[in-house]
Amino acid sequence: MGTAARRKALRMNAFAWLLLFPSLIFLLLFTLYPVFGSLKLSLYQADLGTPEPYFAGLDNYAAMAEDEVFWKVLTNNVWFAVGTVPTSIMISLLMAIFANKVMRAKGLVRTAFFYPTVIPMIAIGNIWLFIYTPDYGMVARVLEWFGLEGPNWLGTQSLVMIAMIIMVLWKEAGYFMVFFLAGLQNISEELYESAKVDGVPAWRVFWRITFPLLMPTTLFVSIIALTNSFKLVDHLWIMTKGGPENASNLLLYYIFETAFSFWDRGMASALTTVMIALLLLLAALQFFGFDRKIHYR
Amino acid sequence: MRSMTKALLLMTACATFAAGCSGGGNDPAPTSSSGGGNGEKPAATESAKPSGEKVELTFYYPVAVGGPITKTIEDLAQQFMDENPNITVKPVYTGSYADTMLKAQAAVQGGTPPDTAVLLSTELFTLLDMDAIEPLDPFIAADGTEGETFINDFYPAFMANSQTEGQTYGIPFQRSTIVLYYNKEAFKEAGLDPEKAPATWDELADYAKKLTKDGQWGLEIPVTGFQYWMFQTFALQNGDNMMSPDGKKVFFDTPENVEALQFWSDLAKVHKVMPEGATEWGTVPSDFIEGKTAMMYHTTGNLTNVKNNAKFDFGVSFLPQKKTYGTPTGGGNFYIFKGISEEKQQAAWKFIKFMTDTDRIAQWSIDTGYVAPRVSAYETEAMKAYVQEFPAALVARDQLQYASAELSTHNNGKVSKFINDAIQSVLTSTVEPAAALKKAQEEAEKALEPFNK
Repeated sequence: MGTAARRKALRMNAFAWLLLFPSLIFLLLFTLYPVFGSLKLSLYQADLGTPEPYFAGLDNYAAMAEDEVFWKVLTNNVWFAVGTVPTSIMISLLMAIFANKVMRAKGLVRTAFFYPTVIPMIAIGNIWLFIYTPDYGMVARVLEWFGLEGPNWLGTQSLVMIAMIIMVLWKEAGYFMVFFLAGLQNISEELYESAKVDGVPAWRVFWRITFPLLMPTTLFVSIIALTNSFKLVDHLWIMTKGGPENASNLLLYYIFETAFSFWDRGMASALTTVMIALLLLLAALQFFGFDRKIHYR
Repeated sequence: MRSMTKALLLMTACATFAAGCSGGGNDPAPTSSSGGGNGEKPAATESAKPSGEKVELTFYYPVAVGGPITKTIEDLAQQFMDENPNITVKPVYTGSYADTMLKAQAAVQGGTPPDTAVLLSTELFTLLDMDAIEPLDPFIAADGTEGETFINDFYPAFMANSQTEGQTYGIPFQRSTIVLYYNKEAFKEAGLDPEKAPATWDELADYAKKLTKDGQWGLEIPVTGFQYWMFQTFALQNGDNMMSPDGKKVFFDTPENVEALQFWSDLAKVHKVMPEGATEWGTVPSDFIEGKTAMMYHTTGNLTNVKNNAKFDFGVSFLPQKKTYGTPTGGGNFYIFKGISEEKQQAAWKFIKFMTDTDRIAQWSIDTGYVAPRVSAYETEAMKAYVQEFPAALVARDQLQYASAELSTHNNGKVSKFINDAIQSVLTSTVEPAAALKKAQEEAEKALEPFNK
């Protein structure tokens, strides 16, 4: 009896592995292999000054700790995440509630909220470059109506990050809205009906029913938003090249600069390793910390 | 059991696909699908074949100005093939200068370098440090006196970025400099002589003051993208170039350069004739065309753009001088890559000579707005007719006698970032020029250390 069952289990397992095999190949080839490749290269001195890369231990990491631009881009990234993650969750949740309730022109409202998502980041960078242009950009024109002179948004160190955050919120909120919309539609109407019968005020309905039941979606969205705040850098290439004086520079763009402008492959790998470690840590914190407080059905 | 077989089939299909994919991943060079003939291995088999076999050249080129450049290049390649039936040229459009450098570098590392490419003249030391390019002197020498006349026909200012330590590595192709554009109508309105551009720094500040009014700046100089290039104009006018010709030393924090950066900064902060903050490279020409600024410093590459779009009469002049006139050059050179067969290198050299032929380079200059890099190009009928109708095209040529090499050093990416950041720190915050340049100097010296051993 034992052998028959075991054989069946084995066959099931083999079948599962067979199904997983193709994606495992991709994962190994395009994710794990490069990750370990970078990890290894990060321990080498491999730049233009060294024709033959040599093992340098933790030199790259030591140099990174002393590199003020690295600390600057890291701080920038933290502010970028702080500026985009909670706000985009809030805005997209409000948008979802509105899009869920709206009676007329449902399709139009949802499309209007969603369309920035389908535009590539490069195109968005170009559009917003003109929106932010001093003197005759859209923002400057609108401010002109009120008799105000608009600043040079992208050319001022203290404003450039805010300008970037607003742009990314515009792009991302619609995307997250879709998840919240799906989440909202999964919440049973009966709960709302019984709340109505009991005469519970609207804000309490939101905090006691809607928000807790949406928590799985919120966790998911917050992880995506957080990783995006490290991943979205295409616009920098178009809009500021990280300037002025690195005021809008982000970690991933700095990695790109280090690899393909400085041609310092060792340092670029070290920076990549730090970024991967950081993202893993954040994901772990969210999953293991946050996750317990979430009510799953 | 049947489901098992199906799964197996599916798996094999996927595995084959994955293998195909990874195979493609090893060849990042975006070559056309005709296959073969663009790598080291095919080259070896090619040379084993009887002579008279076709030589195939891969040619990477960027497009950095507007207009139907891709078509012009393809037409030129076709003409070349008609003249040389045993050579096939495959022009590969590779995006911007930065993209082209990236793709060339990826191809070099993948063991399948392009045969020839147009890359920024400032990439010289980077390409040398990557051991990616061949010196061209043997080819020039092999051509005898003809080779000598050919190479001596290029303006020395352009050759400065093409040579180092006595060797020539690049042939100037699409080159540019910086000139002053000014709006003649705005000059008239401000009571200035529209035929007389500011000739000195003091005049520049003075004119700009008179030209500044509500809704119109006196002057704009871009502070993003290539700010080191703009800064070089002031540095050259006030003293020496910012680096040594061997690309191993920089001189960022000289008193002359501090004074130069102070002047630039004062134009915005003290004289208030220029917008503060980082004025964007691309919006400066639009501002000029829109009449938002009466003067601008910009590349000659924008000449055709301004000519076609400005609705007012405009002038082009030398950049104002301090101790002397001065401007850096810019733009792209032809390079021949290492790791390709002798035959291909010969064919590539032939192609380069064809592309930079006097008449062709004159026409290329007329079509694109780039400065023709050869002296003889300005003696062709086509060019004479063109400058007759549009004398502004001559200003850049005439300014060449005061032009010097663009900033280019070993570890160029880092070094130019340091000076770029220093310039932006002064123009967008309250950092003093002396402190900013001193910091850039120290950082650059550190980045250049391995090359000074």
